[in-house]
Amino acid sequence: MAMSPALKRVTARGGHLGLIGLFTVFSAFPFYWMFITTFKRTSDLMKRSNNPFIYNEPPTLENLRVLFFDTLYVRWLGNTLFVGVLVVFVTLLLAVPAGYALARLTGKWGEHLGIGIFLTYLVPSTLLFIPMSRLIGDLGLQDSLWSLVLVYPSFTIPFCTWLLMGFFKAIPRDLEEAAMLDGYSRFGAFVKVVIPISLAGILTAVIFTLTLVMQEFVYALTFITAARNYTVSVGVPTFLVHGDVYFWGSLMAGCFIASVPVAVLYNFFVDRFIAGFTVGAIK
Amino acid sequence: MDLVTREGEFLVLLGPSGCGKTTLLRMIAGLEQPSSGEILIGGQVVNDLPPRARKIAMVFQSYALYPHMTVFKNIAFPLKAQGVAKEEIPKKVAWATGLFGIGHLLERKPRQLSGGERQRVALARAVVREPAVFLLDEPLSNLDAQLRTSARDELQQFQRRIGITTIYVTHDQIEAMGLGDRIAVMQGGRVRQLGTPAEVYGEPADTFVAGFLGSPPMNIVEAAADRLVGFRPEHFLPREVHDGSGALVALGFRVTRVEYLGADRLLYGVLEDKFPGAKVIARLPSTVTLPYEGGRRYEFAVPEKELRFFDRTSGLRTAPRPV
Repeated sequence: MAMSPALKRVTARGGHLGLIGLFTVFSAFPFYWMFITTFKRTSDLMKRSNNPFIYNEPPTLENLRVLFFDTLYVRWLGNTLFVGVLVVFVTLLLAVPAGYALARLTGKWGEHLGIGIFLTYLVPSTLLFIPMSRLIGDLGLQDSLWSLVLVYPSFTIPFCTWLLMGFFKAIPRDLEEAAMLDGYSRFGAFVKVVIPISLAGILTAVIFTLTLVMQEFVYALTFITAARNYTVSVGVPTFLVHGDVYFWGSLMAGCFIASVPVAVLYNFFVDRFIAGFTVGAIK
Repeated sequence: MDLVTREGEFLVLLGPSGCGKTTLLRMIAGLEQPSSGEILIGGQVVNDLPPRARKIAMVFQSYALYPHMTVFKNIAFPLKAQGVAKEEIPKKVAWATGLFGIGHLLERKPRQLSGGERQRVALARAVVREPAVFLLDEPLSNLDAQLRTSARDELQQFQRRIGITTIYVTHDQIEAMGLGDRIAVMQGGRVRQLGTPAEVYGEPADTFVAGFLGSPPMNIVEAAADRLVGFRPEHFLPREVHDGSGALVALGFRVTRVEYLGADRLLYGVLEDKFPGAKVIARLPSTVTLPYEGGRRYEFAVPEKELRFFDRTSGLRTAPRPV
């Protein structure tokens, strides 16, 4: 028998909510898992008869104590932030003008060049770290955070250039031309009109760069040897995994603390972020 | 191409799309470089001057309002760029917005404005710094038909009031005829004719101009091996309608189709006797109430003084000859 329209509406709505619910659980579950594990006693974690989704024993702060007082976690966070901010600065300094130039000034060549630049992003760091380590050695930057500041832009700049190129392409030329007629040079028009309009794109590039820096592992592991110079992505697995002993609680705490700010940032800019990847792709 | 505007004139560049009129405007603005030739503004060669140094203002087809700025900031933008004193800016903005009656919109962002309001903001932004030349690139094409008529009227009144030399690009002949002091009809990167609306309509310099202006355009038929003759549909009328002053050229007209357009009737058909087989259109005002139907022959005529002659190979206008 055919469903009544009202019933149809209810099922459609129910299906819609169900789907959203499914994805919400899917995305939120890792955070939930990290969060409860952070406060779990090791005995609670290890007993296989326990329900893993809840606290079977009273929660504890022991894991956080280990993370903050037995390792250099705070120091690593600081290092990561230091590298992150500098890399963001270097990336924007080069990718913003490069993206604009590719979008505007080189005609058909701009597109090919843009794709070419993007392709360099696809060369894996597991290949590049060998020649890079020679370079870092020659520059005397071993075991220095500056080595990462130097190397990370090699993959953040290509990607951000490409990302920003899409944003700049979406801005009508008329706007810059109007600004040039209104009394500015091309550079002035770029600063006064193009940059304010593409703020969302620039923020996207910033978030993306920060994320890449936080998760990078291979270069950080090869170029940095002293524990005090580690970034979070290297320090946490190095110091919280002793042989085959995993400090699960502290590991999860370290990951949770590092990932929440990024997740919050993404949520604020998620629409813009998606636009950043698709803009210019359709036209 | 050689084109000179007069001081304070409203010059319209008219032509089909792709005829180079927008390119010409952009070259005057300095947004594109001419491959050869010179552009002068106020007697000074400006080829090597960047757009900002040419003392011109341009209104784009898209209006190009800065989306991140309020109306006030949009209009103040060129003033700031020129380094106008801070306390002067609100006064000048008030003057420009007063011209267009948009003083109440100052705090809005462009996306909160209607098409007509955007156009006025774009015009206000263009006049606020009192340019030497005013360039308009199809500024009415984004407005709906009703608004376009009133905007046309406002635009012309405003231009008369401030008296700035204006170059206006359009492909719409009604806009061109209605607004222009003079019209430059362009095709294929060349000016085909430069003249007042009456000149380009009444005395077309070649067959292109004759066929481009007027709706429907001029009827052009072969008069001889080397000659074409043209006449406007509104001059091609039934014999009995002509008032009898001046010589008439009688033409037998077999009507194939009648189109009723309210104010006019258009009769489509072919000529007989003279110029047999030539397809022509007659345009009868509604004051002519005689009945016409397709498939029948009628006696029509054109006043001899309304005939225009063209060279067949070059398409250029030639002296009148007997037909």
